[in-house]
Amino acid sequence: MQNRRDFLNMLCRGTLLTGLAATTGVLVFRSVKDGHCTLGSSCNNCKKSDSCNLPEAALFRQTVWQLDPTKCIQCGRCAENCVMTPSAVKATHVYAMCGYCDLCGGYLKPDTKTISTAAENQLCPTSAIKRKFVEDPFYQYTIDEPLCIGCAKCVKGCGAFGNGSLQLQVRHDRCVNCNECAIARNCPADAFSRVPANKPYLLQGIETKPDEKG
Amino acid sequence: MVMKRFLALVFLVFLFSVQSLSVFGIQRFPKPEFESGYIQPETLMPAPRAEMLALLDIAVLILSLSVVTWLVLKKRSRKGVFWMSLFSLAYFGFYREGCICSIGSIQNVTLALFDTSYVIPLTAIVFFIAPLVYTLFFGRTFCAGVCPFGALQDLVAFSPQKLGSRINAVLGVIPYIYLGLAVLYAATGTDFIICRYDPFVGIWRFNASFGMFVFGGLLLVTGIFIARPYCRFLCPYGVLLNWSSRFSRKHITITPAGCIQCRLCENSCPYDAIDIPATSKNPEDKRTMGRKLIFITVLIPLLIFAGGWTGSKLHEPLAGVNAKVRLAKQILNPPKDTGKPETFEIQAFKSSGKPQKQVFDEASLVLKKFYLGGWILGGFIGLVFGGLIAGRIITRHHADYVPNKGNCFSCVRCVDYCPVK
Repeated sequence: MQNRRDFLNMLCRGTLLTGLAATTGVLVFRSVKDGHCTLGSSCNNCKKSDSCNLPEAALFRQTVWQLDPTKCIQCGRCAENCVMTPSAVKATHVYAMCGYCDLCGGYLKPDTKTISTAAENQLCPTSAIKRKFVEDPFYQYTIDEPLCIGCAKCVKGCGAFGNGSLQLQVRHDRCVNCNECAIARNCPADAFSRVPANKPYLLQGIETKPDEKG
Repeated sequence: MVMKRFLALVFLVFLFSVQSLSVFGIQRFPKPEFESGYIQPETLMPAPRAEMLALLDIAVLILSLSVVTWLVLKKRSRKGVFWMSLFSLAYFGFYREGCICSIGSIQNVTLALFDTSYVIPLTAIVFFIAPLVYTLFFGRTFCAGVCPFGALQDLVAFSPQKLGSRINAVLGVIPYIYLGLAVLYAATGTDFIICRYDPFVGIWRFNASFGMFVFGGLLLVTGIFIARPYCRFLCPYGVLLNWSSRFSRKHITITPAGCIQCRLCENSCPYDAIDIPATSKNPEDKRTMGRKLIFITVLIPLLIFAGGWTGSKLHEPLAGVNAKVRLAKQILNPPKDTGKPETFEIQAFKSSGKPQKQVFDEASLVLKKFYLGGWILGGFIGLVFGGLIAGRIITRHHADYVPNKGNCFSCVRCVDYCPVK
């Protein structure tokens, strides 16, 4: 009796182990399969021939969440849905695209009468954009990240009236890289995707290389 | 004439160049040429957590699994397991902030099996496989001292009450249903519900929505009286560990030698996981036993079919949370109230320029998947209920106090109560 039970136990254990091994095998095989980029559609800024280094991308690369500014409709949900408060998504300023306008569509409310730094004229609800005079007629706009809540109001303004140099991005010093991103789940434009961790930003207008260590 | 044509050409070129840019942001204002020697600041892009650290997570997982297993089976030391669970709580809970965890990795593995375009990180594979393999050989030592969920709930189990085998068995069905739903939603690429309704992730991060804090808090308060409520009555990974542990090669025993029926360990288990010797009333005769077996073999297929049928009928409400299905529904039935602005989903759909037909095709494909998934999920739930009934009808006889291999978390509490040395 005891022997029969032991034998059955061993049989079941063996079956389960084989099943686990097969699952691992399938997953590993798919991940290392060469000549086929397993990242598929999630490599949003993939320029295929020149920028893709396939072996890296295919081999169990860690992925992080990022949003594609070209899909973003600035709905403001990033500010509300992130597990972090304030959100890990923040407005990011691509200086290389900025027109340094005096009348900045991302900084000032559209109906303001005077151009000034008065809080009631500012589009940003937390006054997170700092305006600094550079030289006539140019002004530099800098984002005070700890203040930014990722509401996308400035992004919308800059996109509508300016060059679109303000773009929402997941900031990886704040993002805890949830297994499933709570914002991605609620994004109406399906702008969020998992991107390879060595290319964690999808900014438009500049080369996106992360800093050494943030 | 030539001039006119030239102008038209210039105009056309201009139009095309504008159009190609209008996908995102038009360079309406040229880049300024600064004269004051102003240096443009760089756009800061902080790097994510270094990828090499993922290997550290894997190493810590394997190492702590090994240490806990050694403490449980060789040292039989409750103290050691306790300190290891504190370490896991600190590392996997508060330092790693609960991601990635083995419970959630079920969904990554499922999604990777069904969606070939999803790249599963190595950590997710290892976090899914390693505890199961350890459990197949040594019992649920993962639950004892590696899982941060278990560690946290173990800390608050001050006054555990016995629930009785009937309540335990009925509540024990919930994890199976949860697991089935999680697999269905992960396989269809809809949602990761285990992560979404993770009660303790807010505690690791000191940050969560109010509702989730309440859920986590309630579980912890319940946990004072009903030890490890999440592990016993919710954890979907626990189902897999339970079944692996039943066939484990070595499992912790209460007594190091032979049981002397002293009953000292009877109340030592906070999780009702000790099987009390079944007092052999009057051994059932072959006739009743045979009748019971026939009843079960008829009942289980019936339940599976009934469950599957119900599941397939419910596939539409089940698919209702899928984003593609939701969008298709919104396009089909636009809100009557014209005063309201369009939903963001409709706005985004319009600005993406996707044809409507594509949205409908995608949605109907998802619905088909849910129809099949509804059959499978319903059938699975039917099987689970069949198993529950079978377990209640057929009693197994054993003479000694032994840990229930499926439910035991290998926490080593009972060992200290055994007088046999």
